[in-house]
Amino acid sequence: MSDFQTHFASDSEKLEGWNRPAMIAPDGDGELLEVAMGPHHPSTHGVFRMDVALDGERVIRLKPVFGYLHRNHEKIAEGISYLASMPYTDRLDYICPITNNWAYALAVEKLTGQEVPERAEYLRVILGELTRFQNHASSIGFLIQEMGASGTPLMYAFREREKILDLFEELTGARMMVNYMRFGGCRVDASPVWLEKARQVVESLPQFLDEFDRLLSSNEILMARTQGVGMLPAELAVNAGVTGPMLRASGVNYDIRKVDGYGIYNRFNFRVPLGDHGDVYDRYMIRLLEMRESLTILRQALKDLPAGPVMDPKAKIRGFRPKPGEAYGRIEAPKGELGFYLISDGGPNPYRYRVRPPSLINLTILEDMCLGQNVADVVLIFGSVDIVLGEVDR
Amino acid sequence: MIQNLDQILVLLQHWLASFLPAAWQGAARAFISAAAIVCVFPALFAVAVWLERKGLGRMQNRLGPNRVGPYGLLQPIADGIKSLTKEDIVPLSADRAVHFLAPVLLVVAAFMGFAVLPMGRNMVLVDLDAGLLFYYAMGASSELAVFMAGWSSRNKYSLLGAMRAVAQMISYEVVLLLSSVVVVMMAGSLSLTKIVESQNQYTWGFPHWYIFTPWGLAGFIMYAIAATAETNRSPFDLPEGESELVAGYHTEYSGFKFALFFLGEYVAMFSISGLGTTLFLGGWSAPFSFLTWIPSWIWFFSKLMLSIFVFIWMRGTLPRLRQDQLMNFAWKFVLPMCLLNLMVAAVWRFMDNYWLRWVVCSAILLLAYEGLGMAELRKKNIGPRSYRYVE
Amino acid sequence: MLGEGILKGMAETARNFFGSYFSADRMTTVEYPEQRIAPFEAARVFPFLVYDAKNPGDAADWEAGLRCVACQICEKECPPKCIYIEKSTGKKPDALGKPQFYPARFDIDISVCMSCQICVEVCPFEAIKMDTEFELSTDDRFGGLLLDRKQLAKSNEYYHQIHLTEANGVDARLAAEKAKAEAKTKAAAGAAAAKATSIAAAAAGEGA
Repeated sequence: MSDFQTHFASDSEKLEGWNRPAMIAPDGDGELLEVAMGPHHPSTHGVFRMDVALDGERVIRLKPVFGYLHRNHEKIAEGISYLASMPYTDRLDYICPITNNWAYALAVEKLTGQEVPERAEYLRVILGELTRFQNHASSIGFLIQEMGASGTPLMYAFREREKILDLFEELTGARMMVNYMRFGGCRVDASPVWLEKARQVVESLPQFLDEFDRLLSSNEILMARTQGVGMLPAELAVNAGVTGPMLRASGVNYDIRKVDGYGIYNRFNFRVPLGDHGDVYDRYMIRLLEMRESLTILRQALKDLPAGPVMDPKAKIRGFRPKPGEAYGRIEAPKGELGFYLISDGGPNPYRYRVRPPSLINLTILEDMCLGQNVADVVLIFGSVDIVLGEVDR
Repeated sequence: MIQNLDQILVLLQHWLASFLPAAWQGAARAFISAAAIVCVFPALFAVAVWLERKGLGRMQNRLGPNRVGPYGLLQPIADGIKSLTKEDIVPLSADRAVHFLAPVLLVVAAFMGFAVLPMGRNMVLVDLDAGLLFYYAMGASSELAVFMAGWSSRNKYSLLGAMRAVAQMISYEVVLLLSSVVVVMMAGSLSLTKIVESQNQYTWGFPHWYIFTPWGLAGFIMYAIAATAETNRSPFDLPEGESELVAGYHTEYSGFKFALFFLGEYVAMFSISGLGTTLFLGGWSAPFSFLTWIPSWIWFFSKLMLSIFVFIWMRGTLPRLRQDQLMNFAWKFVLPMCLLNLMVAAVWRFMDNYWLRWVVCSAILLLAYEGLGMAELRKKNIGPRSYRYVE
Repeated sequence: MLGEGILKGMAETARNFFGSYFSADRMTTVEYPEQRIAPFEAARVFPFLVYDAKNPGDAADWEAGLRCVACQICEKECPPKCIYIEKSTGKKPDALGKPQFYPARFDIDISVCMSCQICVEVCPFEAIKMDTEFELSTDDRFGGLLLDRKQLAKSNEYYHQIHLTEANGVDARLAAEKAKAEAKTKAAAGAAAAKATSIAAAAAGEGA
């Protein structure tokens, strides 16, 4: 049985404890109001449409329609070499390019059996946790923006995100499309100047989290809007394949950093926050708490960073032909489990290249979460899933 | 001299009217006052728009508009020119007459409220005996305008938005009235000038503003909440929320009519803040007795701008309440507190001991506030939570 | 108490409002284009071709000093295939004196280029590097964003200006290669000379 199945052996076919609200029939004389929310909509995170059927204010049916941003990523990857796919993975989940790179590099390293030097692993962890921080910050910011706080928390979150993006630009040359990981390590080494700047940024970030907490976490309006809204029971989440902060907010203890221990994550001391109710407030708070845990990991990694090369000198990054075989490399991306499945037929290009997009799989239970809720809450629930259309549509 | 500075606008009004024969002077004075109101408050609207954008910007760690004119001061003019030159689109199936009249009615109703506000000593356009009643009657007509706008657009989303807006405004109208009834009880008159006069007294240098009493403070807070809801400002701006499904009753309006809706909203904000300052903050009276040399109209307008700043501040901080939540809030929380406030004010009036009544009234209000608040939240299991961690 | 969270939030906003007048941390706006942020040294925008001028500052011999030898590796590795190279028919000597091909045509379509820097990584001759110029808007939508050889060629001094550490590293590597090549030719010449003298000595020995 695969890792996933051993973890969640469920012996019942039916879901127990989750009574899915039956298709609530409208009143005899009224007809359902069918609305298409999107693709041009100020609050959908990209080009995305939801066909919603409403009875008054309640949602009866919701069909997500995506594909507006489909860019043939997987087919393109079959036509270009392994190295040339790396910049394209930047553009999958365009808010977290580092983790996309990392998952792909992990998959190719599994395929070729490539080893990664220790300093490179530490740098990967440092950049990965910085990415997680800025992703959660912008996700929370957008959620509150949709709630109507005229963008103030969003601006604060983006102010901090700018510091992290400046760090990325200084190290890799680009703020977002970093193209940083390579098969066997990292492209560029971090200078002591950069490491010092990174330490200063990490020291300044807890103040922002405290500010955010003071601004919002005990705000009664926020609590009234988000608590009890969009509940996702744990068993439904597991059966639907939901991963990431959404799963942990429903109370399921599954963090791939702890389960797989990929890279050197088992050397770091960090906790995984879990929620109890699985509503929008829990997802918001879990992301906030995960940001704090990321800072813990960052401090440890910056302290323990060893010297050494960042790239195996014998590693081939271009023109290599892996032996025929398949590999699945997955990481705990900020949005969930991001996996790359590669099949090689011995040629310079992959035979099959498949991305397991966490945003898409988390989106599949949007309807179940929204049934029976107020239409004003659909936007909030959708925002709390935290999707990026680049990943959903690839 | 101080007296002259205080009355300078009144003197100006009399002087202008003196050019006409005696029989016409009364009407001329009224006309001049009305013209002054119609000129000053739109100018104040431009200032408020600028203030809002700069203020929100600064709260969000960014500059507001700063390209059009120094510090962006000409931005409202640019916005005005933009809305004037946009094409005026009226939907084909819309009811043209009603579609045209809705913004007009909104603006007219908003301006009518200024007729009874005393903006300074002797500076009220019409000194009605039932000024407060007149004000609320005019305020209610603006709700009609909102519904006219939604109905005439022949667009189901606009109609939905309009109905929600009207439901919200009606519920908070009740709260608005009840929270101001306390003031009427204590002042003994519906006339706004008498209400201000009764607050214009000083004990040990401190004024007798009604906000400095327990029932007055409670009344003011509830009035402020109701005022925010009446003018559809954050956190009660669901009817015009940008990220909501329905874009509100003014979806089908463009160009100048849209600008009129915008103007109507801000002018309503000014007039309701003006009424709030008259009822609770002492209108044109100075905060300390040694500051009475500053002209009264300056005090009135500073208090008005302070209220506007608080509106902007709330907009920059608070998320939006959902429709059913804000209705619940009005009917189940604020309204019972209002009624309790009336009784507390009566207790205040008839208790003789000066200090004891402070303690008793504050205690009653605080207990009720805590009790009702906690009951509401606990019923829906809303509250701060703690999270568990796994290693 | 009910309303406490709201008041705390409003205090926070007020702090930001007043702080924005005093601390740079709370007003991070840079008013472009009057104020600009200096680009980071590692920043990359679009590629350019490096040429070594004999006289620094002399732009006339860009063609002669181009390091590119039209090996077309960057064209093959470029993910969106935005580079188009046509090899020349004749050869000309390069910095080490060896006759090499050169690009008769080297076009980069910067509307397609995604600034991934793979071309820079795979070039064996340190010929193509990343520029930091980003104000490249043009109103010619058909050719304005297709940069040809002449537009792409920039001198090594310019490279030093924009990426100093990197350029110094490149210069050191090229100097080391040149030294190694010279040492090899000297050793080869020495070996050939030694071989010639030994043949002559053998012939003399035979003759005697």
